[in-house]
Amino acid sequence: MSEPVVEMPVDRKIDISQMKVSDEIAIQITGMNKWFGSFHVLRDIDMTVNRGERIVICGPSGSGKSTLIRCINRLEEHQAGQIIVDGTELTSDLKNIDKVRSEVGMVFQHFNLFPHLTILENCTLAPIWVRKTPKKEAEEIAMHFLEKVKIPEQALKYPGQLSGGQQQRVAIARSLCMRPRIMLFDEPTSALDPEMIKEVLDTMIQLAEEGMTMICVTHEMGFAQAVANRVIFMDQGQIVEQNRPTEFFKNPKSERTKLFLSQILGH
Amino acid sequence: MSNIEAHTVAYVRDTMLPEQTPPITEKGAVKWLRENLFSGWLNSVLTVLSLLVIWWALAAIGPWLLNTIWNAGSLRECREILDGTPGACFAVINDRWHQLLFGFYPSQHYWRPTLAFVLLLASLAPVLFTNLPRKLLYVSAAYPFVAYHLLWGGSIWLPVSAALGFVAGFVAFVFARRVNGLLAVFAAVLAPIFWWLFLAQPFNAGLSSVLPIGLEFVRSDRFGGFLISLVIGVTGISLSLPLGILLALGRQSDMVFVKSVCVIFIEFIRGVPLITLLFTASLLLNYFLPPGTSFDLILRVIIMVTLFAAAYMAEVIRGGLAALPRGQYEAADALGLDYWKAQRLIIMPQALKISIPGIVNTFIGLFKDTTLVVFIGLLDPIGLSNAIRADTDWNGIYWELFIFIGALFFLFCFGISRYSMYLERKLKTDHR
Ligand SMILES: Nc1ncnc2c1ncn2[C@@H]1O[C@H](COP(=O)(O)OP(=O)(O)O)[C@@H](O)[C@H]1O
Ligand SMILES: [Mg+2]
Repeated sequence: MSEPVVEMPVDRKIDISQMKVSDEIAIQITGMNKWFGSFHVLRDIDMTVNRGERIVICGPSGSGKSTLIRCINRLEEHQAGQIIVDGTELTSDLKNIDKVRSEVGMVFQHFNLFPHLTILENCTLAPIWVRKTPKKEAEEIAMHFLEKVKIPEQALKYPGQLSGGQQQRVAIARSLCMRPRIMLFDEPTSALDPEMIKEVLDTMIQLAEEGMTMICVTHEMGFAQAVANRVIFMDQGQIVEQNRPTEFFKNPKSERTKLFLSQILGH
Repeated sequence: MSNIEAHTVAYVRDTMLPEQTPPITEKGAVKWLRENLFSGWLNSVLTVLSLLVIWWALAAIGPWLLNTIWNAGSLRECREILDGTPGACFAVINDRWHQLLFGFYPSQHYWRPTLAFVLLLASLAPVLFTNLPRKLLYVSAAYPFVAYHLLWGGSIWLPVSAALGFVAGFVAFVFARRVNGLLAVFAAVLAPIFWWLFLAQPFNAGLSSVLPIGLEFVRSDRFGGFLISLVIGVTGISLSLPLGILLALGRQSDMVFVKSVCVIFIEFIRGVPLITLLFTASLLLNYFLPPGTSFDLILRVIIMVTLFAAAYMAEVIRGGLAALPRGQYEAADALGLDYWKAQRLIIMPQALKISIPGIVNTFIGLFKDTTLVVFIGLLDPIGLSNAIRADTDWNGIYWELFIFIGALFFLFCFGISRYSMYLERKLKTDHR
C-alpha cells in the first residue's frame, strides 16, 4: 500500500468531520447475513447510517466490503436480516428495488461508463428513461454536474477518450444527475494512477461538504481522516471496529485493526 | 547487488533538438516497392510467382471474355459466329435475363417486382443510415405490406387488414400503458391476435365486396429467379435478427422454462442441415397443419430459413453478450434501469456492435443458402439456369449463366459486407 495521497489542507473553510449530522436515519441494516453458495460472506451486520453521515469502510481484500455496499442497492441479494434504505425495505419486490436504486447512486472501481454513449448521453440516460425528465432539461442538469466535477468541455467526447480520473469524475456526475440522496463509492480511486487520485478525491470532498450521505469503501486514509465522521473496519465478513476517524487511527482497539493499519500505513 | 553508480558526472540538456525530416529513402514509391514486394529473397520469389499466376489466369480467360457474343438466338448460332475461336456467349443473358430475374412472373407485370425492389432500397435507407430523418421509418414500417401487395396482388384489403392488426396492437399498448406496464404488454399481444382471428376476415370480405380494388393476383409458383432469392433472403434477414436477439436473451434468462425452450430450439436447429428443414417445409408441414389449409410454399420456406438463421444469430449475439463486462449490467442496474431498458439502451447496442461481423456472416450465408430451394422445386436462379439449359436453344451452356448468377450474388453480398464495415467504423467509439 502506498502512502495516503491527499494531505488535507489545514485552511479549509469548513472542517467537514465536524459537520452536523441529522438524526434522521438513511440506512438501517439489522442482523444481515449473506452467503455465496455455502460461503458465508457477511455475518450479522448491524449498521445505522444517519442522513448526512460520511462513512469510510476499510479492511483487507476479500473481507466483504464491496458485497456489503452492493447489498445496499441490491446489486447483491442478502439472505437474512433487514436492510431499510430511506424507509424502504429491500425485499424481492421489484418496485422497492427500483425505488431504492433511483435514490442511491453508486460509483464503481472501474467507472463502468457506457462506452457507446458520449459523456453527456451517459449522464442524461437515466434521468430521461427512469425519471422521465425531458431531454433538454436532463441535458441542463447533466451540464451542471459536469461543471461541478470540472469537465464540461468533455461533454461530447466518448469515455474511451478520457483519462481514468476524468472517467471517474464523469461516473460521479452521472450518478448525481439522478439526484440521489445517498452515494456509495466502491474503491473509486483504486484503479487510478496516483496523479489522478487527488482530482477524484477532491470531487468527493466537495460532495461531502454539501452534506451528501456517503459510504465509501477506500484505503485513502487521508481522505478518511478529513472527511469521514465514522470509520468502519471489516474483516472476514464482520464489522470488527468502528469509531471516529481520529480515535480509529490513533487508538485502534482490536489487534486486527492494528495489524491492518500498520500494513496500510506502511510502517 | 553490485551496481556501480553510472552517473558520475551530472548532465543537463539546455536546448532541445528540433524535429527533422526523414531521409529520402524513407518515402515514395521506391520505398513502398522495396518494403512490400521485394523485402527479402522469399518475398521477391513470391512476388514474381504471383505475377506469373495472375498473368496466366488473364491469358487463359481474357480472350474468352473479350471475345463476347451478345446477340444470338441460340448456342448454335453463337458458335457459328465465333467460328472456332474461344469466346463467351453472353447472348443467353441477353435472351433470358428476364427469366433469371423474375422467373415465370407474367411479363406484363414486371413493373411490380421492379417497383417493389426500388421501394425496398428506399425503405432500407432510413434503417441503414441513421442520419436520415427518423420520420422515414414509418415508410419502412409500411413497406412489407406494400411489397406483399405489389408482388402477389389480390385484394388490397388483405395487407391492409394485416397491417391494421399491428396498429390495433400499438393503440392497445398506448392505452393500457396508462394503467399498467404488464397489462400493456398483454394488450399489445392480444389485440392484434383478436383482430386477425375474428375481425380481419369480415373486414376483409366486406370491403372487398364493396370496394374490390387491388392488383391482379399472381400465384407463388410463378415466382422465380432473383425475385425468389430476394423475397426469401430479405424477409429471412429482417426477421431472423429480432428473433435471434430474443432467443439469445431467452438463453441467458433466469426463467428455467424460457431458457430450456430456447436452448432446445437453438441446439435442434443448429444440429439439422438446412436442406432437411426445407424438405420438411415442402413435404411434412402438410401433415402437421390442419387439413384443408393450403400454406404457400414460399411462405413455408421463409419460415424455415428464418428459424434456421435465427438459431445461428442467437449464438452469434450470445457471444457478443458474453463479451460485455459485468460492470455494464451493474451500472445499468445501479442507475435504476429495468431489464428491458437496460437491454435496449446499454446491453444490446454494445453486444450487437461486437457481433456485427458474425451477424453479417449469418446474413450472407442465409442469402446464399436461398439457392438450396432449388431442391424442393422452387425456381431460384440456379433452378432457372437448369430450365434454360433444358431448352434445345441453349442446351450445353454453363459458364455464362453461372458467371451472371455469381456476379449478381456477389454484388448483393459485397454490398452487405461493405455496409457492415461502414457501420463498424461509424460505431467505433472506444479508444479513438
Ligand atoms: N459473485 C460472487 N460469487 C462468489 N463469491 C464471491 C462473489 N463476489 C465476491 N465473492 C467472494 O466474497 C468475498 C468478499 O468479496 P468482496 O466483497 O468483493 O471483498 P472486498 O470488496 O472486501 O475485497 C471474497 O472472498 C470473494 O471472493
Ligand atoms: Mg472490493
